[in-house]
Amino acid sequence: MNGFLHELGKAPLTAKFGVVVVLLYILVALFAPLLAPFGESEVVGWEYQPWTTENWLGTDSLGRDMATRMIYGARNTIGIALLTTIIAFVVGSTAGFFAAVLQGWVDQLLSRAVDVVISIPTLIFALLLLTIFGASVTSLIGVIALIYATFVYRIARAVAMGIVVMDYVEAAQVRGEGLWWIMRKEILPNAAPPLVAEFGLRFCFVFLTISGLSFLGLGIQPPAADWGSMVRENASLITFGDLTPLIPAAAIGLLTVAVNFIVDWMLHKASGLKT
Amino acid sequence: MKKFGSNLQIGRRGFLAGSAALVGLSQMPRAAQAQPQKGGTFRLSVNQGGTSDTLNPAEASGSQQIMVGWALRNNLTEIGSDNKLKPELAVSWSSDDAKTWVFKLRQGVTFHNGKSLAPEDVIASLNLHRGEESTSGAKSLLAGVEDIVAEGSDGVVVTLSAPNADFPFILSDYHFQIMPVNGDGTLDMSGTGTGGYTLDSWKPGVKTVLKRNPDYWKDGAAHFDTVELLLISDSGAATTALVTGEIDAVQSAEYKTLGLLGRDKNVEIESISGGFHPTFAMQSSQAPFSDNNVRLALKYGVDREALVKQVLRGHGTVANDHPVAPSMPFFDAGLEQRAYDPDKAKFHLKEAGLDSLSVSLSVSDSLFAGAVDAVTLYREHAAPAGIDLQVTREPGDGYWSDVWMKKPFFTSSWGARPVPDMIFATAYSKGGDWNESQFSNDSFQQLMLAARSELDDAKRAQMYGDMQAILRDEGGSVIPFFRNFVYARRADVHHGDDVASNWSLDGYKAIERWWKA
Amino acid sequence: MHHLLRLFVQRLALGLLTLFVVSLVIFLSIELLPGDVAQQVLGQSATPENLAAFRRELGLDQPAHTRYLAWFGGFLQGDLGNSLISGLPIWDLISERLYNTFFLAGFAALISVPLAVLLGVVSALYRETLLDKSINVATLTAISVPEFFVGYILVWLFAVEFALFPSIANLSEDASLGDRIYRTFLPALTLTLIVTAHMMRMTRASLINLLALPYIEMAQLKGASQRRLIVIHALPNAIAPIVTVIAINLAYLIVGVVIVEVVFVYPGMGQLLVDSVAKRDFTVVQTACLLFAATYILFNLASDLISIASNPRLLHRK
Repeated sequence: MNGFLHELGKAPLTAKFGVVVVLLYILVALFAPLLAPFGESEVVGWEYQPWTTENWLGTDSLGRDMATRMIYGARNTIGIALLTTIIAFVVGSTAGFFAAVLQGWVDQLLSRAVDVVISIPTLIFALLLLTIFGASVTSLIGVIALIYATFVYRIARAVAMGIVVMDYVEAAQVRGEGLWWIMRKEILPNAAPPLVAEFGLRFCFVFLTISGLSFLGLGIQPPAADWGSMVRENASLITFGDLTPLIPAAAIGLLTVAVNFIVDWMLHKASGLKT
Repeated sequence: MKKFGSNLQIGRRGFLAGSAALVGLSQMPRAAQAQPQKGGTFRLSVNQGGTSDTLNPAEASGSQQIMVGWALRNNLTEIGSDNKLKPELAVSWSSDDAKTWVFKLRQGVTFHNGKSLAPEDVIASLNLHRGEESTSGAKSLLAGVEDIVAEGSDGVVVTLSAPNADFPFILSDYHFQIMPVNGDGTLDMSGTGTGGYTLDSWKPGVKTVLKRNPDYWKDGAAHFDTVELLLISDSGAATTALVTGEIDAVQSAEYKTLGLLGRDKNVEIESISGGFHPTFAMQSSQAPFSDNNVRLALKYGVDREALVKQVLRGHGTVANDHPVAPSMPFFDAGLEQRAYDPDKAKFHLKEAGLDSLSVSLSVSDSLFAGAVDAVTLYREHAAPAGIDLQVTREPGDGYWSDVWMKKPFFTSSWGARPVPDMIFATAYSKGGDWNESQFSNDSFQQLMLAARSELDDAKRAQMYGDMQAILRDEGGSVIPFFRNFVYARRADVHHGDDVASNWSLDGYKAIERWWKA
Repeated sequence: MHHLLRLFVQRLALGLLTLFVVSLVIFLSIELLPGDVAQQVLGQSATPENLAAFRRELGLDQPAHTRYLAWFGGFLQGDLGNSLISGLPIWDLISERLYNTFFLAGFAALISVPLAVLLGVVSALYRETLLDKSINVATLTAISVPEFFVGYILVWLFAVEFALFPSIANLSEDASLGDRIYRTFLPALTLTLIVTAHMMRMTRASLINLLALPYIEMAQLKGASQRRLIVIHALPNAIAPIVTVIAINLAYLIVGVVIVEVVFVYPGMGQLLVDSVAKRDFTVVQTACLLFAATYILFNLASDLISIASNPRLLHRK
């Protein structure tokens, strides 16, 4: 922990900003019930009330407190997007490393299966699967994680392919180290930077895919608050110059920028470039 | 929406055109300032339909198909702007026993291809919806028809298996458009009709272009030179296009932007009260809904006033757990309106031997705008009564086949019917195909049959009043409100003094009834 | 060159195999979807009688494998079949929409690809400066906003506030190219904002990655300017990753635009595909998905060939 703080102290301002924002979001998400002035789906007044000391950000299209829904939205949105991205990365990179180390028919089988999934239009495939399995949070996470795992697989395999041919990996194989050991100790540390970079972008793509599915009616289900749906519910107001939908959109934007600042910083450190 | 009862009977002699009082308007639209004027292009956006829509009226369902169909073709009868039954291709009809109906066809009417309207066209067009092989969505409406034959050069005789005084109403349904027969006896379904417009280009799901038929038989109708009908499924996009003047009218305006839209001087919003209503239907043959106390608890647990105000933004009226709208004939204004009362709901739960109740209510936004919001609010209303109402949002696609009448408690929606008997026979009659709440009540059933053969309107009103009371107190459906049709047009588009309330956009006939000035 | 040709043939064969599996996956998925064409078309007005008649008419009462083989047999002979619902030949149904989709994607690509590469080079050149950071934040903000929202904002700005462009893409059949460009400008701009960030970031990252390599440091020691360093030394070697990410984004432009089509009422393939899934119109979904899959496979193949051709070490390895 001290090491991290020390590193952070030397980090550029953007990275510090990113870390602070992400920590803030996580705190809000964790302590949502304590922070929120009202219940998640509690109706506290009429629709589109202006900002007051009681309803900090006014009320939404059903008269629910906007600030409360933003706070709960942090929990639902970040939780689901993060979980989905993590599953996609664990599954995708494990499979990718497997394929790179074992090669042969394992590689062929996995790669061809991924080719099939990846060549079907993402949104349509998600639409098909979600209609089959029903639009619950579990199937939402599962389906999106599966689709994104294929992208991660590609990158992980490509990166690992470059590493497997290195002398130290061959040496480990000769030493008789197991598959898991090689993947964990040799490949993972060396493949981490490009995967981390990808993580930052994929994380926001997951966000956007969920809100896109919400736009088509298959995303996170009400009355749960999530920022993507909150943008969608109020999006058409923007054509009249009403700024309500900008609030959740800004929350998504800020988080994306913050996450990518951190990613940039980590990449920068990993590349060893000074300027 | 497109289901009518098929076995209505009233023993009235010589039931003639225009003799029945129909739906009245609770809110009159702004009267037109200008006289009808020919010319101009009318660009209209609708939101129901898709690329695979066809011109076959048997498959018609959304507004795209209905409006294009009615621009190209006519029915035998129509519901006019004043909501009364009007002669269209039939000039008159009569029946001595309400079983054998004789329709006299209009003389001198020609189809777009030059063929004169003849009984054979009418017979073939109606037979499209009959018989074993028919795939028509209106098959059940004509199930009571035994035979259709020609009588002379201008008559068509329809024989029913049981008397049905409302039969001429049924023929105004959008499925029963009249098309010409080809030389080989098949129907020409390419868009040839007797209507006010001819088909210039038909690209379903994108844009349909219609040109005025200069030889249209109907007076004072079909004013625009050209009509462009666009399918815009995103209501935000449609509203914006109306504001920027890229279209002239939208089929339905989004509630949440109505206030903002109303400020625009170039846009007129219309809010027409009709009989469209959602139901929260319980399968009343199954536990826990088989106990009427549970049904009553759920009926007392909803704040209707709040739903009308918040979900409909005031564009509707509260309902009383029966499907007869205030604008319909035989509406019983004396029946006490049920009000939100969590204590009474709690009391009925106790009567049912329950401390609390946990049920899940299925809903989809595809049913009507704000459907999910309505159920979400219902959940909040029911909570103080100890009812945990879970909102289950179902995908819109597949809703009618997998959720409706399959789940124990679900949301449904029903379009306007011209007379109470049609909705009673369709959705509340024992053994009916669409009796969604599994409602089975002997006295209701007897009253329904008796009312069909009763001639005295005062007695009928009494009977329909009793039936409304039975549904309110024992029915398996929570009916929260009747929704207005809310649509908008550019201020330079005008219409007559009345607009129909059976569908949006002047009964889906704005294309032939409205004009630009 | 021989190596490239062999690779091309190999990958093409593999692509065909992939397409075959895709067709199976799509067929199975549609089989598994709740409800069938008959139920979806008839909706609330379905009764057992008209459902049965409908299914008989379309041959839906046949077992699944018979229907798949019938479709596949026709497909091999170049017969794409007819839409289950409208009965129209598939090609009549999709040809114009396909053209529209490619037009919009091409339009967006013409703006976004040069823009992304340029921004990527500029931000690598002036890395860690205010300019770099601003480009970074701007592009990240653009992708972190849901695409329908980007669309609505552009409509508000360019169609409502300043009436410069139409808010919906109401194309007429005989529109001139100029008119087409005018009417599709806002959707193309929306797509540009969405895809630019990804390509720009990859360009920047690849360039910066290369800057740490010995041969660049050598060039630097020889006194090459930053600009020369990046444009002459780094950029050619960064082509492979850049082309890969461009291929992914081009494929996205063609297949991923459903939502932009909805917002701008643009008559492209995406809307047709969503409608057809909703109606369980198997033949349309199948053809459209195969076309998209083929496009994706071809883009990938092209990007791989370009990567290999641009890298002598890959080109000449044994």
